[in-house]
Amino acid sequence: MSAHTISVRLENKPGALARVSQLFSRRGYNIHSLAVGPTEHKDISRLTLRVDCSEHSLEQIEKHMHKLVNVLRVTELRPDESLERELALITVSVNPERRADLVALSQVAGAKVADVGRDAMTFELVGRPDQLDAFEELVRPYGVRELVRTGRVGLRRPSAGGRTTTPSVH
Amino acid sequence: MLGSDAILRALELEGVRVAFGIPGGAILPTYDAIARGTSVRHVLARHEQGAGHMAEGYARASGEVGVAIATSGPGATNLVTPIADAWMDSTPLVCITGQVRSSLIGTDAFQETDATGITMPIVKHSWLVQDVEELPGVLKAAFHVARTGRQGPVLVDVAKDVQEAEFDFDYPDEVDLPGWKPPRKVHPKQLAEAARAIAAAKRPIVYAGGGVLNADACAELLHLVDSAHLPAVVTLMGKGCLPDSHPLNYGAPGMHGSKYANWALNKADLVIAVGARFDDRVTGKVAAFAPGAKVIHFDIDAAEVGKIREAEIPVVGPLKLALAQLADAVGATATDGVAWAPWLRQLEEWRAQFPFRYTKVEGVLKPQTALEALRDLTADRDEVIWTTGVGQHQMWAMQYLVCDRPRSFITSGGLGTMGYGVPAAIGAKAARPNATVVCVDGDGCFQMTCQELATAALERLPIVAVVINNGWLGMVRQWQEMFYDERFTHTHLTHAVPDYALLAEAYGCAGFTVENEDQLEDALAGAFAAGRTAVVDVRCDPEEKCFPMVPAGAAAVDVIEAPDEEVVRA
Repeated sequence: MSAHTISVRLENKPGALARVSQLFSRRGYNIHSLAVGPTEHKDISRLTLRVDCSEHSLEQIEKHMHKLVNVLRVTELRPDESLERELALITVSVNPERRADLVALSQVAGAKVADVGRDAMTFELVGRPDQLDAFEELVRPYGVRELVRTGRVGLRRPSAGGRTTTPSVH
Repeated sequence: MLGSDAILRALELEGVRVAFGIPGGAILPTYDAIARGTSVRHVLARHEQGAGHMAEGYARASGEVGVAIATSGPGATNLVTPIADAWMDSTPLVCITGQVRSSLIGTDAFQETDATGITMPIVKHSWLVQDVEELPGVLKAAFHVARTGRQGPVLVDVAKDVQEAEFDFDYPDEVDLPGWKPPRKVHPKQLAEAARAIAAAKRPIVYAGGGVLNADACAELLHLVDSAHLPAVVTLMGKGCLPDSHPLNYGAPGMHGSKYANWALNKADLVIAVGARFDDRVTGKVAAFAPGAKVIHFDIDAAEVGKIREAEIPVVGPLKLALAQLADAVGATATDGVAWAPWLRQLEEWRAQFPFRYTKVEGVLKPQTALEALRDLTADRDEVIWTTGVGQHQMWAMQYLVCDRPRSFITSGGLGTMGYGVPAAIGAKAARPNATVVCVDGDGCFQMTCQELATAALERLPIVAVVINNGWLGMVRQWQEMFYDERFTHTHLTHAVPDYALLAEAYGCAGFTVENEDQLEDALAGAFAAGRTAVVDVRCDPEEKCFPMVPAGAAAVDVIEAPDEEVVRA
């Protein structure tokens, strides 16, 4: 078992997202994260899925997704060939005396202060998923009150050569 | 034109001859359109499940797309079983359901159910049509998706106001489905590799499944088997794709297949899977399945290749093309079967050594005897189509009936849907009116859909239903006897209730009762000569078990044969 990122170009049609997510539950695959949004084409969405599975299961997932009528292309984003980014909002408990420490810490991590309350602050951080993990660990001792992450989105790097949207099967 | 008329025009343009259904509130406008005239024959079923299985029987008998029509809510949910059945057995089906008005969708309106949502895991695709302008394109796409690639069911859910809406009908020539690209070619490199593997094999076996029938590749398979002298086993779903009486056809492998077919498949050094999916009922314990074999897997569906068993040589593409090209390639390299002549001799020995067998007992009518009588009685008929339910009778039908033509054995394989047989037979009869259509059913199965006898009688679609009546849910009883210490809980149906012959007559059909072997032939002959739908109640030995048997989870080579000893009963 290992984690894989799958990028799916999907027709922007009613039920299309449900068909993809249904396929995962139907076949017993677990989705870590799923991010969906518009692309350069108004009729096409891009899904970025993070799944934990064996190579064999990954191949099955890709083949089954290709059979969905609304799925245009399925690509595995390999870590060395792709860019992955994620956004997190983290509300941390902090009393006024320790605010400065926390802000300094967040600046080192590249996070921005999004909101400040009497006894808590919310940070926003955009970065690689591992950078978000690291920041989360860093602020954990202060007390994380609430946290939300968008789930990663990704694209193949142009610098990796080849076509930027290479189909992974067929 | 109204949306409702557009639906019928689309069916006509798609070549649909017969559709099966039941009207109801949300589909009423479309039935009103039928009153305005159409070349499509509508067969009125008594239950939407019946309509769905009829459409399946029609599709499997004809090779065309089956069409079932139902209303919203319970109409749609009653279609769920046939849709799931068609999904598992890759039967091309277009289901058209009415939906509540667009303005009411999502409000829990009367007879509203999320038909596309409920069926999502068991359709190739589905559409909810809320704009009449989309209707022609959707119907065009629906038929295209159902019949191309790996065939299967689709659902078109049409809001009632869409059926009532007026618009300019224009049926598209082309489908607009950028994401739907089933393979149309076969990779020549893979084919060459397959041919090389066959040339190098010492113990090859073709493992042919239902995909051969769906791909209309039976002639190509026969040519391959003949020209290369390749022995073959044929699955339940594939029965008829290669003539049963062909000397190189070793019949069905699997849970109730012959010992020789299971051995042929499991002791081979090369398994050439063609349109078969390594179902657990065929493989038994996967880890012990054909342990010494390399696998070539031909399939139109890439997702089947490597799903259960790793294929050393995957060949994805249309089977008709693939098998024709393979025969050419093998013809150039193979040496007329000489390389595996000892293997062919071995297979013949096994066939002679381990035939299907059962013990006849004086005064007891064995179900196998009924199947043999049916087989012999129909041997000289030109065109016979068999359908079955699911259970012991189905397995005996697989074992004892001889099907030498494609599309002559229609059964529920993957889903194992009891009640499939009678409606599937009616659908098959509608597809091929000149055929003799016989449903071999069990008493449990028959009671699940026997209301469709009314459809058969009134629509003048005569079938012969032979109920192998052992008074039990026989296969479940067999498992209770073998694996649950003979605790026969809730499997006893009794021979006598209902009286099947009386029930048949109540539906305007002919009824026959057979209580012993002496009455068998006359009753069956009477049923075939009845000139209308007939039901033959064949009261059989309730204790007869179906053998051979590979217990669930066991290795297929460890197939249990019928006991040797003479069984003596009072």
